[in-house]
Amino acid sequence: MDSSNIYKKSGFDFSNQIRNNFLAAKGVPVPKATSTGTTIVGCLFKDGIVLGADTRATAGEIIADKNCEKVVNPSCCGAGTAADTEFTTALISSNLELHSLSTGRKPRVVTAMTMLKQMLFQYQGHIGAALVLGGVDVTGPHLFTIHPHGSTDKLPYVTMGSGSLAAMAVFEAGWKAGMERQEAIDLVSAAISAGIFNDLGSGSNVDVCVITKERTDMLRNYIKPNERVTKERHYKFTRGTTAYQSENIRKYIVDESITYLTGSATTATTAEEAMDVS
Amino acid sequence: MNTVDMQQLKAGEVNLGTSIMAVQFDKGVVIGADSRTTTGSYIANRVTDKLTHVHDRVYCCRSGSAADTQAVADIVHYYLQMYSQQYGAPPSVHTAATLFEKLCYENKDQLLAGIIVAGWDREVGPSVYNIPVGGGLFRQPWAIGGSGSTYVYGYCDATYQEGWGKDETVNFVKNTLALAMSRDGSSGGVIRLAVITEDGVERLFIPGNELPRFWEGKEVLGQDMNKTFTHLAQMEIEA
Repeated sequence: MDSSNIYKKSGFDFSNQIRNNFLAAKGVPVPKATSTGTTIVGCLFKDGIVLGADTRATAGEIIADKNCEKVVNPSCCGAGTAADTEFTTALISSNLELHSLSTGRKPRVVTAMTMLKQMLFQYQGHIGAALVLGGVDVTGPHLFTIHPHGSTDKLPYVTMGSGSLAAMAVFEAGWKAGMERQEAIDLVSAAISAGIFNDLGSGSNVDVCVITKERTDMLRNYIKPNERVTKERHYKFTRGTTAYQSENIRKYIVDESITYLTGSATTATTAEEAMDVS
Repeated sequence: MNTVDMQQLKAGEVNLGTSIMAVQFDKGVVIGADSRTTTGSYIANRVTDKLTHVHDRVYCCRSGSAADTQAVADIVHYYLQMYSQQYGAPPSVHTAATLFEKLCYENKDQLLAGIIVAGWDREVGPSVYNIPVGGGLFRQPWAIGGSGSTYVYGYCDATYQEGWGKDETVNFVKNTLALAMSRDGSSGGVIRLAVITEDGVERLFIPGNELPRFWEGKEVLGQDMNKTFTHLAQMEIEA
């Protein structure tokens, strides 16, 4: 039971788990996974869905990426373990494409949701993907949250990740049914900003994605509230601050030239050629 | 050390700390639930629908782990669609309940699911089945479940009577759930009800500010204080 098999089917590979458990038992510190301690939100409006995300990725207390993209493909935001959200959404988006090719129909949001929840349930929460899934299909706009254990919720406005409490407070205060496009974008960016400023796990910029029946607009870095400004002062010393000694060494260079005596050199060459002949 | 306590939720799992209920009456069944879904102390969804459709006249009330009960309900929903296609007739409530029971019992080590199955069928009319966490199967005239149910067993025992009509049954469910929600911190929000009869499924919604209210105590300080003290003083004199 505790042996790793190299003839594995495709999918997630847990063969290093035994080794890692062994090393952990021996006292080797377990490396931390890059986690998108995150604020991600979604919100329904008159003609579709607005998704939003911050752009900070963390590994423990280190900010691993100051401007990462959490709106994975323009229908899904990921929180939780970065690698897991990335690979699950990539896999499901691939399977969804194959599904729509084989059925000859356009994919639906519920289909993606069902595929994701069934996969996450199968892995019993070991895939740490927490997702906000939103989109518009033939049946209209839909918005879901999917938790790592495979449970789903369908709501008109949703938040996930460590900044979800701050973001939900904004939604609960400001969301109305049947909002206009710009109203919804403003509300979503206010919710993400609440996460950026009030949650340590979230930060940097606001990404927004607007999905309607006709088109999808990815508004990358819609707000940049944390841009680096040019420093008012600098650490460069002014010229002449440091004393130094100078010495001219050019005077030690001796200029030599060699002049060959042309006559003797020619004679030697002819002698050798003569030797060769004999 | 390595034994897993399966009556416990996994870390970070979404919980349906719940109050759910189903009662049968002469023409059908009334099912009801609160609307709270929690992750630890955070309410992940305050308007959850825990009354889940599994067939035209069969619904279930879910309690326990959200992921587990959704997965089980999805599987039973699929089986019942296959059943009605193959047999050309809707399944009985007992059939649906047996499917739930099989899944819950055979996977009892891995599941945390307490489910009430209720509905109407041509064979026996209205019926309610309770499937508690271990995977048992019990037919009951009324069933309550979830963390909030423990507070209202006494109320149900004292109140329930045979031979009620629809309106009386709806009121019974509404009052029971309101009492459970007021005592259980993991339950709350709104009440969702559904009345399943031969004719169809009627859904009812009671918002959080229109829940039935019971005695909630009176102001100790303020106007009533004088009354209380004079009352006490009189008692002392009498004694």
